[in-house]
Amino acid sequence: MSRIEARFSELSANNKKALIPFITAGDPSIEQTLMLMHELVKAGADCIELGVPFSDPMADGPVIQRASERALAGGTTTDDVFDLVKQFRQDDDTTPVILMGYLNPIEVMGYQLFADRAEQAGVDGVLVVDLPPEESHEFNQVFSQNHIDQIFLVSPTTHGERLIRICEVASGFLYYVSLKGVTGSNQLDIDAVSGKLEEIRQHTNIPLGVGFGIKDAKTAAEVAAICDAVIIGSALVERIAEYSDNSEQLKIEVSAFIHAIRNALDK
Amino acid sequence: MPEAMIKESETSLCSLPDAGGHFGVYGGRFVSETLMGPLEELEQAYHKYVNDPDFIAEFQRDLKHFVGRPSPLYHAERWSEKLGGAQIYLKREDLNHTGAHKVNNTVGQALLAKRMGKKRIIAETGAGQHGVASATVAARYGMECIVYMGAEDIQRQAINVFRMKLLGATVVPVKAGSKTLKDALNEAMRDWVTNVDDTFYIIGTVAGPHPYPAMVRDFNAVVGKEARQQSLEQFDRLPDYLVACVGGGSNAIGLFHPFLDDSQVQIYGVEAAGDGLDTGRHAAPLNAGKSGVLHGNRTYLMEDNYGQIIETHSISAGLDYPGVGPEHAWLKDTGRANYVAVTDDEALQAFHSLTRIEGIIPALESSHALAYVEKLAPNTDKDKIIVVNLSGRGDKDIHTVAAHEGISL
Repeated sequence: MSRIEARFSELSANNKKALIPFITAGDPSIEQTLMLMHELVKAGADCIELGVPFSDPMADGPVIQRASERALAGGTTTDDVFDLVKQFRQDDDTTPVILMGYLNPIEVMGYQLFADRAEQAGVDGVLVVDLPPEESHEFNQVFSQNHIDQIFLVSPTTHGERLIRICEVASGFLYYVSLKGVTGSNQLDIDAVSGKLEEIRQHTNIPLGVGFGIKDAKTAAEVAAICDAVIIGSALVERIAEYSDNSEQLKIEVSAFIHAIRNALDK
Repeated sequence: MPEAMIKESETSLCSLPDAGGHFGVYGGRFVSETLMGPLEELEQAYHKYVNDPDFIAEFQRDLKHFVGRPSPLYHAERWSEKLGGAQIYLKREDLNHTGAHKVNNTVGQALLAKRMGKKRIIAETGAGQHGVASATVAARYGMECIVYMGAEDIQRQAINVFRMKLLGATVVPVKAGSKTLKDALNEAMRDWVTNVDDTFYIIGTVAGPHPYPAMVRDFNAVVGKEARQQSLEQFDRLPDYLVACVGGGSNAIGLFHPFLDDSQVQIYGVEAAGDGLDTGRHAAPLNAGKSGVLHGNRTYLMEDNYGQIIETHSISAGLDYPGVGPEHAWLKDTGRANYVAVTDDEALQAFHSLTRIEGIIPALESSHALAYVEKLAPNTDKDKIIVVNLSGRGDKDIHTVAAHEGISL
C-alpha cells in the first residue's frame, strides 16, 4: 500500500479529514523548507505538497509565483528538491510527499530519470499543473511503473466525457480546483463546490481534495465537511514570505497557522 | 508518434495539426485543467465558423475595407540590383492598417469572439504591435480590451502604449519575471483562467495551446495565399525562395504555409541572434535551444539545464521571446524549412539599406528577414526570385534605432 493510500485509509478509519499544506521547495531556503516540512507534520499536516519552482508558473497567483522566484533566485534546482525529500524521509517515513509543479523541468530531465530519482528520494505523488490527461499517457505509464501516483486536477469547467476520463486515470486522490482562477484567488463558493463534488463522486471512489481559495480555519472546516482533504497553499506561503528572515518566528507562525486549521477540521 | 500522423503528413504538409493539435511531437495542449473546457469550446467555435460562408465573407470584407488588403507584392528593383543576384519582392504587410501583419489575426479572432458572445477581449503584447492591433479591433467591434505588457517593454515602446490607450484599451504593466513578452503571456493566461466565461483571449502569435497555433496561422495565411497568387500573376511562376523573420512566427507561417507543398520553393525563417548565437544573448530557440513545454505547447525553447526559461535578448521587442510556434519546430525537424539567425547589427544594417535604397522604413523584426536576404541574394542567379515578408513598418522603432546610434530625438 502506498503512503498516500495508507494515510487516507487511516484518516477515514478515524473519521478525520486530510490536511495538505503546500510550500515551495527552497522558499526561503532548502534548509528552512526541510525544517518547515517537519513542523507542518507536527502541527497536524497529513500529507505535504512540495512546489518545484518554475520560472513561468502560469496557473499560480502572485503569492506562489513570488515564492517560485525566491526559490530560483536562491539557486534551488530539481536536484535540491530530490535531496530535500531524501533528507525529510530520514526522519519521516510515513507522511506522503507530493511534488507539484510544471512539466518543463520534468521534461528536460526525461520522464524516466525524473521518476527514478523521485522514487528513490521517497516521493509518493506528482501533480503537474500543465499536463492534462490528454497529454499524459506516456508520463502516466512511466510514473505508475515507479509507484508514483499522478494527481489530476478537476475544475469547475471539467464536464462530461473529460470528467469520466480523468476519474479513470486518477490515482492517489483527485484535486478539485474550487474556483475559476489562479492559486490564492478569493471567491470560493461552497455550494458550487459541493455540487461539483457530488458530480465527481458519481464517477470515482478515490479521495477528493479541494484547493484554491482556502484562506483560513473557518473556510477549511466548511470545505472539509464536504470532501476528504483540504489543500492550503497561498495563505501559508504568504506567512512564509512574511517571516522568511526570522527562522524562529517563521516556525512559530507556520506551526500556529496549521495547528488552528487542524483543530477546526477535527472539531 | 502515432503512425496515422506520419502517413497523413506525407500526403500534404498542410494537413497538420492532428485532432489534438500536434505537429509531429510539437504543439498540443499543455494547460491547467480550468482552461481545457474553454479551449475545447474555442476549438469547436473555430471549426464551425472557419467554414461558415457568412463568417468568411465578413472576415474578407474587413480585410479588404478595414485592413486594406490585398497588400502589394513589390519588386525591390534597386535593392535587387545592388545585391547583384536574385530579384527581390517585398510582401508589403507594412502597408496594412496598424502597420503590420498582426491585424489579419486580430480581425479574425475578434470576429470569432463576437460570434461566441464574448464582450471582453484580452491580449498580451511585446513590441506593442499585437496590442495595438487588438485595441484597434476592440474599438472597431465595440468590445472592452485589456492588454498585458511587460513593464520593460512599456518603457521601450511608449508610443504604442499611448496608441493603445487612445484606442480605449487598458494597458496593464506586468512586473513579474523578466518583465517582457513571456511574462505578459503568463499574466494574460491568469486573467483568462479567472474570467473564462465572458472573456476571449486573442493570442498574437502561432504559439500557445491548441487551437491557437492553427487558428492564428489560418488567419495569417492570407499573406501567403495572396503572395502565391501575385507571384503567378506578376512573374508567371512561384518564387524560388521565401524569407521571413521568426519570433513566435506568425508572419512567417502566414507566408510559408500556402507554399509548404511546393517543394521547389526553398523556405527560410530568420531568428534573432541578438549579440550573436555564441554569446548566449539572443532569441533563437530553433537555432540554439531545445525541445520543451511552455505556454501551452511543446516546442523549441530557450531554457537552462533544469528546464527554467532563460531571458532572451533582441533589439527587436517583437522577436524577444524564448519560444516559437510548434509548426516551425516541426518544419525545422522535417527539414522543410531552414532556420537561420541574424544579429542585431546585421538587422540594423538592413534596416538602413532598405530605407535608403527603396524608401521604405521596415520594422526591426522584418529587418531580420531583410538582413538574411542581403546574405542570400548575392549568391543567387539574377533569374531567381526571392519573396520576403516585410511584416511591419518601422515607425515604431525609430527611437530604438536613434538610441542605438547615440542620437537623441
